[in-house]
Amino acid sequence: MFRPCLRPSFSWASFRRYTSTEGPAPRVCVVGSGPAGFYTAQHLLNHGPPQLRVDLLERLPVPFGLVRFGVAPDHPEVKNVDHTFTKIAKNPRVQFYGNLHVGVDVKVRELRQLYDIVILSYGAAQDRKLGVPGEELSNVISARSFVGFYNGLPEDAALAMNLDVEDAAVIGIGNVALDVARVLLTPIDTLRQTDITDAALAQLSQSRIKRVFVIGRRGPLQVSFTIKELREMVNLEGCSAVFNPDDFRPFQSVAPLLKRPRKRLTELMLKTALTPPTEKQLKLWGPAPPKSWELRLLRSPLAILGSDSSVSGVQLGVNRLDGPNLTEDQAVVSTGEVETLECGLVLKSIGYKSVKVEEGIPFDEQRGVIPNVNGKVPDEPGLYCSGWLATGPKGVIVDTMNESYRVGAQILEDLKLDHISVQANRTEELRTLLDQRQVKVVNFVDWEKIDETEKLWGASKGKPREKITEVQSLISVVKKP
Amino acid sequence: MEGACEASLACTTCHCYVESDHLEKLPEATEKEEDLLDEAPFLSVNSRLGCQIILEPELDGIVLRLPRATKNFYVDGHVPQPH
Repeated sequence: MFRPCLRPSFSWASFRRYTSTEGPAPRVCVVGSGPAGFYTAQHLLNHGPPQLRVDLLERLPVPFGLVRFGVAPDHPEVKNVDHTFTKIAKNPRVQFYGNLHVGVDVKVRELRQLYDIVILSYGAAQDRKLGVPGEELSNVISARSFVGFYNGLPEDAALAMNLDVEDAAVIGIGNVALDVARVLLTPIDTLRQTDITDAALAQLSQSRIKRVFVIGRRGPLQVSFTIKELREMVNLEGCSAVFNPDDFRPFQSVAPLLKRPRKRLTELMLKTALTPPTEKQLKLWGPAPPKSWELRLLRSPLAILGSDSSVSGVQLGVNRLDGPNLTEDQAVVSTGEVETLECGLVLKSIGYKSVKVEEGIPFDEQRGVIPNVNGKVPDEPGLYCSGWLATGPKGVIVDTMNESYRVGAQILEDLKLDHISVQANRTEELRTLLDQRQVKVVNFVDWEKIDETEKLWGASKGKPREKITEVQSLISVVKKP
Repeated sequence: MEGACEASLACTTCHCYVESDHLEKLPEATEKEEDLLDEAPFLSVNSRLGCQIILEPELDGIVLRLPRATKNFYVDGHVPQPH
């Protein structure tokens, strides 16, 4: 479907449709500088018209999204991908605009006038709610916020948490749930050598947490975490893994019949539940491990108990798997039984959720995504989305990479078929508009200054970097001569 | 071949299929590599992570095929540095 661009100074002369091999080069705007934004841009740069240009917009003064703010501090190798992103950002056809809040400093509808193609890839900045009584008690914390706190995300810098308790419950059985459990259980001296923030180290050094319960609604064949992360959890220094054998024994017969990856993951859980610790584990855990964690499945949180000043426990509904055959698709039903887990801290890790950027931009409130087919937003020529905003908040970097390339391919296909109007002789520039509005943009060279500053600061403490966690402080680094 | 984590066994972007009878000549995959392969899209019996294949003279003639979800790419003019 084709719709002419509605600009005040509209003229047919500037409005010829060109094929992708001739005529004016497409101007592309990507909103969000995490993996989705970078990989979609990369695909367009590598496979699109040779003069195609990309402006990459980012709300924060710093790029890389969840690579910087989501990946755990003790997984630094996963962050190596930012070298790839740096090369993309330094491509002469790419311009990075940091500290620019789309929806506030500039509207998406304005971007759609300034650019031929707008790609929304700003991810998922909120949480799914449990929807149970007690959810609003203090010390019921979103895992996403805790991750933001230990990774230096400015909006989570002031997270109020009380770690002066012995037992913590993590609701959720994905990799984020294991990440937060692991950060709570890892010896503090190990964490001191990572890029975890000093503020988080200060909190964790006051922690009295000895036991973490990772709670999942469904059964062993339906856990969402992956084997690499589970293996780390059962090889933690000073922390034993205590699984209830009765919960896992029924799955011994079905495990050999499963396909990878479910098979190996299930076998590791069974091994942990049903066989004694290995020599390697005994050495790591020590003779009397000071800490432990338990994977407790088939439990739904019904209510969080406590008062305004503290959590005392979680009421859990006991579930069972429906039907005689143990499969990955088995339905989970309540048994009606209830048990109470005593704990002083609850971390909710049941999924992230995207936000709507502005009125007029399509958004599916229920699914928490922008409706799209292969990234293309229906009835909005030139508007696309990629990453978690398009697919929902699941998957690791390689999944986002593949998905972003598909969206990139879709965009190039649409260009080829003239489903996008490419405007010649554009005179209006985003930069001019931002100057008028006195938005203090941070460009990529500015980020490199911040990067160097953080690395220097970290080096003085034996850390790869010390993240600057306030937006104003980040801007100050840039302003310094 | 793309290696997002730069050969540190933290991703699966270098996932490839080892053809041409060279699979048996390769040293067995470590547990860490196998754990990652579990998550590689379009996993096959001859799947390996490319970054773990260190070329030796006896691997001469090895043929590696990229899975259909992979794209081999580098940004304009990038010359890969050996590692």
